[in-house]
Amino acid sequence: MSFLEVRNLSARVRGAPDRLLRDVSLSVAPGEVRGLVGESGAGKSMIGKAVLGILPRAVEVLCGEILLGGTDLLRLPPAERRRRIGATCALIPQDPLTALNPSRRIGPQMTDRLVDILGWTRAKADARARDLLAEVQIADPDRVLRQYPHELSGGMRQRVLIASAFAAEPKLIVADEPTTALDVTVQKEVLRLIAGMQARHGTALLFVTHDLGVVSKVCQSLSVLYAGMVVEDTTVRDFFRAPAHPYARALLAATPKYTDPDRSLVPVAQDVLDGVQAQVDAADRGWRNG
Amino acid sequence: MRDGRGQVRRKVGLRLWLSAGWLTLLLLAALLAPWISPKDPLAQDLFLGRLPPFWMAGTEPGYWLGTDSLGRDVLSRILHGTRVAMTVALVAGTITCVIGAVLGLLAGFLRGWVDIVISRLIDIWMAFPPVLFSILLIAVIGPGLWSIILAIVVIDWTRFARVVRAEAMGQGAMDYVASAQVAGRGRMGTMLVEILPNVLPTIIVLLTLEMGIAVIVEAILSFVNLSISTDDPTWGGMIAEGRTSVHQAWWVLVFPLITLFLTVLSFSQLGEGLKDRFDPVLR
Amino acid sequence: MPLFRAVLLRLLTTAVTLLGVAVIVFVVIRVVPGNPIAMMLPPGATDEDVARLTALYGLDKSVFRQFLIWGGGVLHGDFGTSITTRQPVLGLVLGRLPATLELSVMALVIATALGGFAALTGTRLRGTRSEAAIDVANGMALSVPDFLWGLMLILLFGVLWPVFHISGRVTPSIELPFTTNFYLFESLIRLRLDLWWDIVSHMLLPALALALPLAAIIGQLLKQSLKETMHLDYVTLSRTKGYSETHVITREALPNAILPTLTLVGVQFTFLIGGTVIIERLFSYEGLGNMAIDAVINRDLPLIQGIVILFAVIFTAVNLIVDLAYAALNPRLRHA
Repeated sequence: MSFLEVRNLSARVRGAPDRLLRDVSLSVAPGEVRGLVGESGAGKSMIGKAVLGILPRAVEVLCGEILLGGTDLLRLPPAERRRRIGATCALIPQDPLTALNPSRRIGPQMTDRLVDILGWTRAKADARARDLLAEVQIADPDRVLRQYPHELSGGMRQRVLIASAFAAEPKLIVADEPTTALDVTVQKEVLRLIAGMQARHGTALLFVTHDLGVVSKVCQSLSVLYAGMVVEDTTVRDFFRAPAHPYARALLAATPKYTDPDRSLVPVAQDVLDGVQAQVDAADRGWRNG
Repeated sequence: MRDGRGQVRRKVGLRLWLSAGWLTLLLLAALLAPWISPKDPLAQDLFLGRLPPFWMAGTEPGYWLGTDSLGRDVLSRILHGTRVAMTVALVAGTITCVIGAVLGLLAGFLRGWVDIVISRLIDIWMAFPPVLFSILLIAVIGPGLWSIILAIVVIDWTRFARVVRAEAMGQGAMDYVASAQVAGRGRMGTMLVEILPNVLPTIIVLLTLEMGIAVIVEAILSFVNLSISTDDPTWGGMIAEGRTSVHQAWWVLVFPLITLFLTVLSFSQLGEGLKDRFDPVLR
Repeated sequence: MPLFRAVLLRLLTTAVTLLGVAVIVFVVIRVVPGNPIAMMLPPGATDEDVARLTALYGLDKSVFRQFLIWGGGVLHGDFGTSITTRQPVLGLVLGRLPATLELSVMALVIATALGGFAALTGTRLRGTRSEAAIDVANGMALSVPDFLWGLMLILLFGVLWPVFHISGRVTPSIELPFTTNFYLFESLIRLRLDLWWDIVSHMLLPALALALPLAAIIGQLLKQSLKETMHLDYVTLSRTKGYSETHVITREALPNAILPTLTLVGVQFTFLIGGTVIIERLFSYEGLGNMAIDAVINRDLPLIQGIVILFAVIFTAVNLIVDLAYAALNPRLRHA
């Protein structure tokens, strides 16, 4: 029984002829870590945003269902949808430099949802924040809680954001390329933290990334996207052993390997791209006629 | 979003046409006033004082917008008042623009002590309440059309100088300027040929704004009786009279006020419309 | 240490500005062709009388010496004597100051409320036709100066629908128990609500006339600032926590959007104060501005000087307060 189930989700920019998301289906079981992979513009971020209810105003959902714990979010009234998402989900954002409100201290930004939405007492919320900061290995949590975002480094801010995501003990966290904006040296550490916390708290994780290396380390299953369409949906083990779809295979082949630094980079071949594009076009034709 | 953009384009056009239309009408009125006015604007007839506009009872034929306390035709006076308003708008607006823009360019591009002096001057100028300063100037120089124009130039050049200075500074820091200077163009040359064209759209928009302001300043000065020295009607003068008899003859205030309002609105909407036209994003 | 230097530099530039203002006014009004002394005396005055009064007011000396005398007096708090009323300028000017201050502050409050409301509502209704309507109204309001607002308000509420007063500061027949000239403030403190209402109904229209141009600017600027802030990641993050759109706008975006608008609003506030000159005249409101116009018409040189200097001081004070507020509110600068 999955916690998150997306069924046949299609979306597009208002007034645009082509869809942004083409009949996307995926599921995430409780405690499962699923990767959402694809090149830039493939729509992986959009899916995460659709689930969390933060799609840009310009984007409209055409059809499909987003089931959270069995209830279709898209059929709920807006206030109820917001509340449900706020209570059971969380976001680990991409850019730590812009994801924290510069005018507010760290503490309130971590605890506000607990106090305002979930009704916790201030004391309980503060204690929780302190524990979480310790969990992401921030020394002197009391001091950090009183500081402003600009007083912290990028890496520290990302840790704060990770900790905040786990604050309300969510059932699902959407991690939107959480390591992309960081230095390579910090990436590994942050990944370790996320994986560790996920394991400890047992939270389901939808991990959006373009980096297959990250997927191999953290995820149990993955969905590969091309132009808003899911072209492969499998376990990580099966994927890295033998991906089914030609595009997915080409992606894997294109990933640089540390173990073989002298091997030349292999871009995705044109015929593979043509093949997957033909698949997309066919889907569009079917959509228009159906 | 296709529709949104299409709508914006349409609105821009409408705004430009409406305001340009009104201003053209005013120009024509100013040029043709003596020939199209139904009555003599200066002719007083106390027996015909405070006649209401044509659609109300108790009026005389030919006095379309009524008369003031001295029996002078409101419509004719408004038409003649257009002459002063338009002259002030065009002349004062242009001179203010030129002087302010030149000083702003010099300060923004040349920097150094030129900038320091001009900036100090701007600060001092902006510590004066503008209306008071203009009233003071008129009181000193004495009333008259050129006094008003001078007063407007003197108090409002800072508007151009500040904006143009900021733009010139911004442009001066850009790479294309450095390339020009490396290529051997002198400072003056760079300023005129490279920077000016890029600052021109802003200047033109401000110019239309300034013309609207000039009309207002003239109206205010007329209102406090410090405008032109002759008996020629001005909108501000009519408004002053209208203010005193507002309860008995509201039309003496209302019609010049509407004219003034539409004129000021047209100038600024013209500026906005031009700004949108110049905006490369919308093009 | 760097803070000390910054403050010192600021004081220095302020002093230079004020000095510049004083010099300009001094010189400008002494180019006057009209002779204020002659205007004061009855027609049958002798040349002797004229000469005596001229000497009394020091107008027979050179401009430079007059400036030094005046400057010296200023440093002692003596701004000279008004030619028209024979009273000390400082007293006259400070007597009228509270009226203008109250009017300006009331206008500021109204402007902030109206402009803020327009900006917030426009942001909340983003993408709808209502938002477009607000934009259009705001845009048109931007081109209307306080003078025109004042006239329209006079017509609307003075003639068409006489709800508020269009003349004076207070109904003349009422006896006033005040010790200061801060009528509005004192009437509240003394809990004389009848008086307070009378004063408000006199002040409302001129304050509104002054406020509307500033409100239009605030509306447009703040909305633009909010629009940019709403795109930022921390606002989106706040939405995922379950907060409503209104909360997100007012509690996350607004505090950050206000900052960039602050400095411009400060400058515009000084223009508002400058506008009191004509608005007070329009509404026959007994404040500094009204007195200033009379002073100019009557060539009351010492009074003109005093009023202009006072306005300049007010302007520089406002600029200073705005810069301080900006530094205080910006968390980044607070720690710098």
